[in-house]
Amino acid sequence: MDALDQLEPDNTPTMGSTSALPIPSVIVDDVHVIYRVLGATSKARSPASALRNVIGRKVRRVHAIRGVSFKAYQGQTIGLIGSNGSGKSTILKAVAGLLPVNQGAIYTRGQPSLLGVNAALLPDVSGEQNVILGCLAMGMSRDEAEEKVAGIIEFSGINERGDFGSLPMRTYSSGMAARLRFAIAVAKKHDVLLIDEALSTGDASFRHRSEERLEQLKREASTVVLVNHALDAIQANCERTIWLEAGVIQMDGPTRLVCEAYEKFMREKP
Amino acid sequence: MSEAVARDPYAGLTSQQVANWYGLRARGARPKLGEYARQVWRYRHFITTFASARVTSLYSKALLGRLWQAITPLVNALVYYLVFGVVLNTRANIENFTGYLVIGVFLFGFTQSIALAGVNSVSGNLNLIRSLQFPRASLPLAAALTQIKQMITAVGVLVAIIVVSGEQFETTWLLLLPVLILQVIFSVGLALGLARLGSNTSDVGQLMPFVMRTWLYASGVFYGVDTFDKYLPPIVAEILKANPLLVYIQLARDALLDTPLTGGSQPVVLWALAVGWAIVGGFAGFAFFWRGEQDYGRA
Repeated sequence: MDALDQLEPDNTPTMGSTSALPIPSVIVDDVHVIYRVLGATSKARSPASALRNVIGRKVRRVHAIRGVSFKAYQGQTIGLIGSNGSGKSTILKAVAGLLPVNQGAIYTRGQPSLLGVNAALLPDVSGEQNVILGCLAMGMSRDEAEEKVAGIIEFSGINERGDFGSLPMRTYSSGMAARLRFAIAVAKKHDVLLIDEALSTGDASFRHRSEERLEQLKREASTVVLVNHALDAIQANCERTIWLEAGVIQMDGPTRLVCEAYEKFMREKP
Repeated sequence: MSEAVARDPYAGLTSQQVANWYGLRARGARPKLGEYARQVWRYRHFITTFASARVTSLYSKALLGRLWQAITPLVNALVYYLVFGVVLNTRANIENFTGYLVIGVFLFGFTQSIALAGVNSVSGNLNLIRSLQFPRASLPLAAALTQIKQMITAVGVLVAIIVVSGEQFETTWLLLLPVLILQVIFSVGLALGLARLGSNTSDVGQLMPFVMRTWLYASGVFYGVDTFDKYLPPIVAEILKANPLLVYIQLARDALLDTPLTGGSQPVVLWALAVGWAIVGGFAGFAFFWRGEQDYGRA
């Protein structure tokens, strides 16, 4: 257990520089996250019982992350696996700075971007306009954004069955919307990009495109952390994988070894 | 398991030492206020695009579409006319009651819609905040801009009603423009402040209707301002007369209506108050929102 936050040097990509040491972009140091759930003990069925809940509010504590430490380096794509409720999304949110940490510390290069399942932009405006908005929100100029629209739409593949780019996003299937969001997010270089379950959608050709794009981000020295239930997406993209179970890191190392151990664990689980 | 991992190249150093060495930071520090303002300016295209996209989406499911921009204030004015002008007859000593009432209703409506748009601008876009990094003030500003665009239509309707109510065009009408600009600056500050208050809890949204209703009654929208002097203790009346909305409404009436103002402060005092409220409200709202910058989107 003392070797938890360690890294296999063979998998450390060299940055083209002569520097022998990998450059960290995320440092997670003995982090604990405790959710405080207010008044979830009984359902308020009437205003009176709601008032009782407010007054006698019981706070329940859920210790979701229990002392997690790891370092992520530039040019690395890291998979994060674990069974349901193991704390994968929680640690991602904490790294993105969206959850306060109860103990320990997280250091990051720049502000990480978190690409979640529901990162919808505006459902009532067209996909193309959403692309422009997303690009502007990532700090591009208007010209730059307009220039990128066609490429992003093509990457997402939403126009494969007719001209969906000009239709409001609410008319999209969930898969199409997810692909478009992913395409927007990866249109820009990120220091740290956190992707929560957003890669499981799409056919073989979209998956191929996104794998290529992740490779490119890697070459641009981005650090990508990928959470996914499907191990094949992790295996295809990540050289390093961290396995979380009940808020504790079970294993951290080369994807192949970690996935083997994880699959064995899941098979033997009662 | 141990064969899966090897030595941490930074073993022996504390993570803080490593972080300092490579310039990593614990949760991005808040930029200075001036720098933040520059960041917001750099995101102006995002703000304007977001605002026009919202106008599109706002009316995309309404049959009458953007006609509602003009219909809503008209219907409001009609309701107030029936209740206060006809039923309660507060019009007694006001010469052009229609004009008087309509200016009040429209201007109050401007601030109200800008402020209310601010309340949910952060809490309603949590997904956007969580996935993309941009100065958060862009959201309340875009929401306010959406309302300001609608305001332009409404101002046209307002001026048309004033003409129909029997006023002749005079050069003083042009004073309406600076009044509205000052009012908008004040209202945007209010929207920013409310955006922060409403970012964490929906309680603020629930309270807003009552706050706005109270403010409406305190702004002399449908009765003469001299009513305050008549029925309230002098101190309360003076406080109410410094109320920013009352100030903007009175100045607009002074600009558009032929009859001189009854009750309330002199125009000079009103102008000073109008500028003061715009500066204080605008700046305080922006600074207050900025102080919460790092906490938006947090659970």
